[in-house]
Amino acid sequence: MTPTAVVTGIGIAAPNGLGTDEYWRATVAGVNGIARISRFDPSQYPVQLAGEVRNFDPARYLPSRLLPQTDHMTRLALVASDWALADAKLNPAEQPEFGMGVVTASSCGGFEFGQRELENLWARGGQYVSAYQSFAWFYAVNTGQISIRHGMRGPSGVLVTDGAGGLDAVGHARRHIRRGIPVIVTGAADSSLCPWGLVAQLPCGRLSTVTEPDRAYLPFDARATGYVPGEGAAILVLEDAARARERGVAGYGEIAGYAATFDPSPRSGRPPALRRAIELALADAEVGPADIDVVFADGAGDRERDRIEADALCAVFGEAGVPVTVPKTMTGRLYSAAAALDLAAALLAIHHRVIPPTIHVSPAADYRLDLVTGTARSGQIDTVLIVARGHGGFNAAMVVRRHA
Amino acid sequence: MAEFTVDDLRRVMRAAAGEAEGVSLDGPILDLTFEELSYDSLALLETASRIERETGITFPDGVINDLKTPRDLLTLVNSHLAGNAG
Repeated sequence: MTPTAVVTGIGIAAPNGLGTDEYWRATVAGVNGIARISRFDPSQYPVQLAGEVRNFDPARYLPSRLLPQTDHMTRLALVASDWALADAKLNPAEQPEFGMGVVTASSCGGFEFGQRELENLWARGGQYVSAYQSFAWFYAVNTGQISIRHGMRGPSGVLVTDGAGGLDAVGHARRHIRRGIPVIVTGAADSSLCPWGLVAQLPCGRLSTVTEPDRAYLPFDARATGYVPGEGAAILVLEDAARARERGVAGYGEIAGYAATFDPSPRSGRPPALRRAIELALADAEVGPADIDVVFADGAGDRERDRIEADALCAVFGEAGVPVTVPKTMTGRLYSAAAALDLAAALLAIHHRVIPPTIHVSPAADYRLDLVTGTARSGQIDTVLIVARGHGGFNAAMVVRRHA
Repeated sequence: MAEFTVDDLRRVMRAAAGEAEGVSLDGPILDLTFEELSYDSLALLETASRIERETGITFPDGVINDLKTPRDLLTLVNSHLAGNAG
């Protein structure tokens, strides 16, 4: 029988909460983590807001060996991984090393580290560039560092599909579980909130230039102006359900369905492939639209892409046919970590039986969505759909289900 | 710089690559191997690069990889500083 993949551990470092408990309390209460950029003076930049992880002191959590060789986003990934493993009550030292793998997603790599070393190169010369620049910037570095830290030598990799990456990584991790690998550490971390990283994001034209934190990122609102960038990590421990049960761990929920599609060229005249990703994920989970208790939407935050997503949801679920929420309104979009964080939030919603709200948004009626705005909505939640998109045409959808 | 001391070396090593869990650079480190100190080739390269920047000396290519212990490194640095490196 094909193994069932269950999430047994969650580790979160988010703009509105460091650690799963703090994040979840803030998210249910609708606490906004978006504020003026504090990491550097943003006055000269058109984008001045971000979701920054606050009060994160890496030296408190990591050995000094790891500090000179890691970018900020890798430190977030390592700390979230430690927390996820502790949450899963899994001690990697007691597990066979080839029975544990690492699959993460990344969109940006280590921009802050790279900017500092480029400054060293140009201002002081090549001999001042850190030897660790060789890998600290790299998309795969989080997977590598997690693997090394915990002695995980099983199948590993990295997926780079922008905002869809958080789901694509977990989808790939599930493949490894189904092929017989007992444990995969998965999810994503991203941060590029340094001047170079921010400037690199500007040409896409989708970042909001609004400077009021409660007005800048308003998905499914007629006032939408784009999105606010965020940073953070959401790392999950994925396990073969039977093995997890053997060691007395039930888990938060099962990765029941997953699908990824790619949009046709906008010049082709063919429709976007988001709806198809949703339908394929439902089919993969062997559930119908009526089985979905809530949708964690992508929530691009611009009229065109919000329209595409609303149309896809209405086509599958009917008009206002399912509660929809966008907790990203509290954090900004965390690039590859955005969907991983939504997935973690979906599992916590199942666990705590409450849907976190979409904050600041007045839903535009023409989207025809039942958007959970204002305050959290309580109720029995057993099956959740998560939708994610990445720049350039990536779509992903995932169904998670309470694990019986 | 007259002499590069073991405390100079500790300071540079901490800045270059820190301490791994369960390893301290505080004690008598000179005759432990870099492997025992969890210093891989990249950590050693970064350490050597910082010593070059600080002292102005230049190590010949490849010589760093042959060093086994902090004492080997310290001896090499000081022979360069004394102007009699071969």
